[in-house]
Amino acid sequence: MNLELVTMTFVVGWMAASVRLATPILMAALGETFTERGGVLNLGLEGIMLMGALSGFVGAYATGNLWAGVLAALITGVLMGLLMGFFSVTAKVNQVVAGLGITILGSGLSTLLFRLFFGLRTIPPTIDMFPELPIPLLSKIPILGEVLFNQNILVYLTFILVGVAQVVLFRTRFGLALRSVGERPDAADTRGISVDKMRYLGLIIGGALAAAGGAYLPLANLGIFWTQMTAGRGFIAIAIVIFSRWNPLRGLWGALFFGATMALQLSLQTLRIPIASELLLMLPYIVTIIALVVVSRRAEFPGAFAVPYTRSGE
Amino acid sequence: MTATVQEVSTRSRINWKAVWRNFYQAALSVIVALLIGALLLLLNGRNPLEAYASLLVGAFGSVDRFAETLVKATPLLMIAISVSISFRCQIWNIGAEGQIIVGAIVSTWIALTFKTLPLVLLLPLTFLGGVLGGTIWSLIAGLLKAYAHANEVITTSMLNYIAIYLLAYLVHGPMIDPQGFNFPQSPLIADSLILTRLIPGTRLNISFLVAVIMVVLTIVFWRTTLGFRTEIVGHSHRVAKQIGLKVALMIALVTGMSGALAGIAGWGEIFGLHYRLIEEIARGIGSLGIVVALLGELHPVGMLVSALFFAALVTGGNAMERNAGVPFALVDVIQGCVILLILARSYFFRKASK
Repeated sequence: MNLELVTMTFVVGWMAASVRLATPILMAALGETFTERGGVLNLGLEGIMLMGALSGFVGAYATGNLWAGVLAALITGVLMGLLMGFFSVTAKVNQVVAGLGITILGSGLSTLLFRLFFGLRTIPPTIDMFPELPIPLLSKIPILGEVLFNQNILVYLTFILVGVAQVVLFRTRFGLALRSVGERPDAADTRGISVDKMRYLGLIIGGALAAAGGAYLPLANLGIFWTQMTAGRGFIAIAIVIFSRWNPLRGLWGALFFGATMALQLSLQTLRIPIASELLLMLPYIVTIIALVVVSRRAEFPGAFAVPYTRSGE
Repeated sequence: MTATVQEVSTRSRINWKAVWRNFYQAALSVIVALLIGALLLLLNGRNPLEAYASLLVGAFGSVDRFAETLVKATPLLMIAISVSISFRCQIWNIGAEGQIIVGAIVSTWIALTFKTLPLVLLLPLTFLGGVLGGTIWSLIAGLLKAYAHANEVITTSMLNYIAIYLLAYLVHGPMIDPQGFNFPQSPLIADSLILTRLIPGTRLNISFLVAVIMVVLTIVFWRTTLGFRTEIVGHSHRVAKQIGLKVALMIALVTGMSGALAGIAGWGEIFGLHYRLIEEIARGIGSLGIVVALLGELHPVGMLVSALFFAALVTGGNAMERNAGVPFALVDVIQGCVILLILARSYFFRKASK
C-alpha cells in the first residue's frame, strides 16, 4: 500500500514536471516549425531564447507585471527574427553561420545587459512567477487533473497554440503560402506570392515564440535569470522540429518526450536513487542525438530548406 | 565540374589584392563592432574610452601582459584551425568545446595512470591521448552525419553539453583528488610533465609553439591532395562523387581531423596551464574559436592575426572588468557583432559595387 502510494506520487510528479519542462521547448519548436516551413533554418534559436529570457525577466522585474515580461520577450523575439531575416533572406548569406552568429550574439548580449542592469550581487534578483491555475472540475480528475490541469497559464496557452498552429499551417491561405515558399519558391513567386515577405513572417513568428519560450524559464519555472540558462534548449527545439517532420501536433509529442527525460533527473533526486546527477543531466542531450539519428535518414526536409531564393536572371 | 576543380585549385595561389581586401574588410568589421560596444557603454553612462584604454593596457601594457595575451591566443588558434578544416568542407562542427574537454580528460587520465613510464614515452603518449579524445568525440558527430544524415550543428552542440557533464561527473567522483578536500578537481600531473615555460615568470609555454607549428602544417595541408579533396567535397558533393571521391568517408575523416586538433588544445591547456582537470577547462573558448576562424577567413595566417586580436580582447577584457568595472560580457557582445558584421559585409560591399 505504502509502496504503491510512493510510486503513484512519483509518477504523477514526474508527469506533471514533464509537461512543465516541455512547454518552453514546445513554444520554440512551434515557432521554428513556421520558420522552417518557409524554407529558412534558424540556428540562432538558442540566442533568441536567451534574449527572450532576459527581456522577460527585466520586463517583469521593472514593471512588477508578468504579462509585461511576456510582451517584452515577444518584442525582442520579433526583432531577433528580423535580424535573422536580414541575413538569411535579404543578404542571402550562409544560414548556418548567420544562426551561429545570432546565438553567440544573443548569449553575450543577454549576459552583458543583465550585468549592466543589475550589477554584481551576492543574492540574485528574483520575481514572482505565474502561479498554478487549477482549472475548475478538470483539475479534480485523478492523475490527469494534476498532470494537465493544474499548471500555470503559459502551459495552457502553449497547448492551445499547438492546435492553432496546426490549423494555420494546414488550413489557411497563409499557411499554404508559407509552405509553398518553403517547397517551391520559384513556383510561389510566379503565382504572385512574395517569397521574401513570407520568409520574414516565418522568422518573425519563430523569433517571437522562441523568445517567449525563453521567457517561460524565469517567468514560470525559476523566478530568476542566469547566464546561459537555456542550456541548449534552442538546439533541442530544432531537433524536435525535424523529429516531428514539421508538424505541430507531432511536435507536441516530441516536446513531451524531451520534457520527460529532463524531469526524470528531478524526480529521481526526490527518490534519493544513488545515480550521479551529472549522468542524469546528460540524458536529454543523448536522447536528442538518438532521436535525430532515428528520423534524419527518412526525414523529408522542405524542398528549398536553407536555400536563399533569388529570381532566375537576377 | 572542371570549373569547380579549377576554382579550388587556383585558390591555393596567393592573390594579394584579395588578401588586402579581406584584411581591410575584416578590420572594418572589428572597428564597427568596437563602436557598437562603445555605444552600449555610453547608453549605460560609462566612459567607453576609459574602458578600451584599460583593455589595451591589460593586453599589451607589459611583457607579462603580452605573454598572457599569447597564452590566451594559444587555444583560440588551435580551435580556429580545427574549425577551419571542417568549415572549408562545409561541415559545421561547433563541438570544439566538447572535443577540448574529452581531449583533456583522456590526456590527464594517461598522465595519472601511467606515472611509472619514462618521460620520453609518457609525454608523447599524453599528447596522443589529447588527439585521441578529440577525435573520438568529433567522430561521433562525423559518422552520424556521414552515414545517418544527422545535422552536425545539433549533434556537436549536444555533445558539448554531454562532455561538460561527463567532466563534472569525473572531477566530482571517479577522478577526484583524494587530497583535495573534496574540491572538484583531479590530482596534479607529475612536475616532469609540465610544459617548459618560454619566458620565466609568465605562463607562456611550449604549447604556443605547438600552435604556431599547427599554422605552418595547415598551410602545407591545403596544398596536399587530401586538402584539395577536402575543399572539393566542401564545394559540391556531386562534383566530388564524379571525380570518384567517397563523400561519406571524407566527411567522417575531415570531422575526425578537426576534432583531433581541438583535442590538442585540451592537452595544451592541461599540461601548459592547469596541470589538473578542472570544470572550467574549456569554458567560452569553443565559440570564441569559431569567431576567430571566421574573422580570419578560415586562412591559417588570417586566423593567427585574429586569434591574437581576440586573445588581446579577452586578456584586456579581464583587466577592464577589474580596473574599470566594465563587465567582461562586453567582449562576448563584440564577438557576436564581429560574426554578423563579417556576414553583412558581403551584402554591403556587393551593393556598393553595383
